[in-house]
Amino acid sequence: MKLDSIQKQLLAEIADLHSIPEGAYNIRSNSQSVGRVSTANIEITSKTDVSGMDIRIKPGTKRQSVHIPVVLTESGLSEVVYNDFFIGEDCDVVIIAGCGIDNCGKADSEHDGIHRFWVGKNSKVKYVEKHYGSGDGEGKRILNPGTEVYLDENSTMEMEMAQIKGVDDTDRKTIAELAAGAKLVVRERLMTHGSQRALSAYDVRLNGAGASADVVSRSVARDNSYQRFDAKIVGNAPCNGHTECDSIIMDNGRILAVPGLEANDVDAALVHEAAIGKIAGEQLTKLMTLGLTEQEAEEQIINGFLK
Amino acid sequence: MLELQHISFEVPENDVSHEILRDVSLTVPDGRLVVITGPNGGGKSTLARLIMGIERPTSGTISFNGQDITNLSITERARLGISFALQQPVRFKGLQVLDLLRLASGRDITPSDACEYLSAVGLCARDYINREVNASLSGGELKRIEIATVLARGTALSIFDEPEAGIDLWSFQNLIEVFQGMRENIRDSAIVIISHQERILNIADEIVVLRDGELAMQGPRDEILPRLTGTASALQSCRRIS
Repeated sequence: MKLDSIQKQLLAEIADLHSIPEGAYNIRSNSQSVGRVSTANIEITSKTDVSGMDIRIKPGTKRQSVHIPVVLTESGLSEVVYNDFFIGEDCDVVIIAGCGIDNCGKADSEHDGIHRFWVGKNSKVKYVEKHYGSGDGEGKRILNPGTEVYLDENSTMEMEMAQIKGVDDTDRKTIAELAAGAKLVVRERLMTHGSQRALSAYDVRLNGAGASADVVSRSVARDNSYQRFDAKIVGNAPCNGHTECDSIIMDNGRILAVPGLEANDVDAALVHEAAIGKIAGEQLTKLMTLGLTEQEAEEQIINGFLK
Repeated sequence: MLELQHISFEVPENDVSHEILRDVSLTVPDGRLVVITGPNGGGKSTLARLIMGIERPTSGTISFNGQDITNLSITERARLGISFALQQPVRFKGLQVLDLLRLASGRDITPSDACEYLSAVGLCARDYINREVNASLSGGELKRIEIATVLARGTALSIFDEPEAGIDLWSFQNLIEVFQGMRENIRDSAIVIISHQERILNIADEIVVLRDGELAMQGPRDEILPRLTGTASALQSCRRIS
């Protein structure tokens, strides 16, 4: 597997990868798979009809991981990739995805990753996805991820999604359907700067008794950037749902938070919280009394907020 | 040594200038614990904020160790060695107690160093260093963490604005011990505490009484304290209300 220094740096940013990962992996670079390893329990195969992979995890697979990072360094590349995860019953696995785009050219580069997860009964999945952009070309770096999650009875999915730097345009759609006793936890962290635009929409359906969802987004909009966060939870059974959008705006940043709760069962308990505001003056003052400059204080507050 | 000379502070209120402090002159020598007391609304907190640079005086000068700091920023004063524990501590989402103590000390202190500062303010460190400084902490916990940040800085001048506010009775004795400990190791530094509490007045070297924006009394504890207890300031404010 040969990667140049920019590709290596992107891999480090999105997946903390500095060498070949342990366990199963597929590394995709400029629309080609440049390295793939299946293990006894985790099988990765290419799709034949469209671009993408099927990842099959055998029932009972515990403490194993799959890395599927994507890097784009050729300006003007545009791709749609379908990755389907079939996770058996009683598993406990970590899936690390992520996409890094370096665009030094004039043409836009775009990666639309469509990830679908079928999680078997009693399984536990942790999914980590980081998006990162670099390069100083005029071409935009565009990422439009689509995620579908189907959680069978008593399964759990914890999703950590982060996009901190360099992605010009994002339109993220996440849908989830939960059976009885299933649990979905989402932690999204987002920072936009320059004239970036980021849209993120969730549609979570709690269909079985005892299902629960906790969708929390923390974001910072700087410069002239724009963010829209739609968080919809539908309770179709006795269930618990919570969404939270907590945002800091700076400069000329703009944020629209759209709460959406729909209860179709008298025992559905749904809560939405949203707060948007600038950094509190007293927070800056406190850190300045510790010897930080105003700018240093601002950085510390944002770093902590997005940690 | 901190010197305030002829400090006045006015704020505009409905197009009329409202005087909060009037011609206050005060010296806090090194090696002293000075408690500033007096009725509510007398200008105590404003005076502390003027010293830290959060507010600027309308007139007068402030000097610290011989340097005029009247026009210096909060950051510059902090770097010269002034610390300030706010009356109402600030919450930070995401920032952990250990992060805050690291920022305060200005170095990458270990969790065990952080534990020392937290233990000193009566918090069981292991339970706290990884907690976020957010709304999950009670007012009393935040207050003690606020005091710990000042301990972690260890500067030449430490100012505490009503440290007892929001602290329960059980922790209060502990707080007194913290200040007594600081007093014992004071050497080339000074402590200013704004307080209404007799037990804090009891450990002062000097007491300053601010009333209606003016310096009403100033002197050694043994001289001022007998004139305060059960009389003067408390009664006067009662009368004003009635």
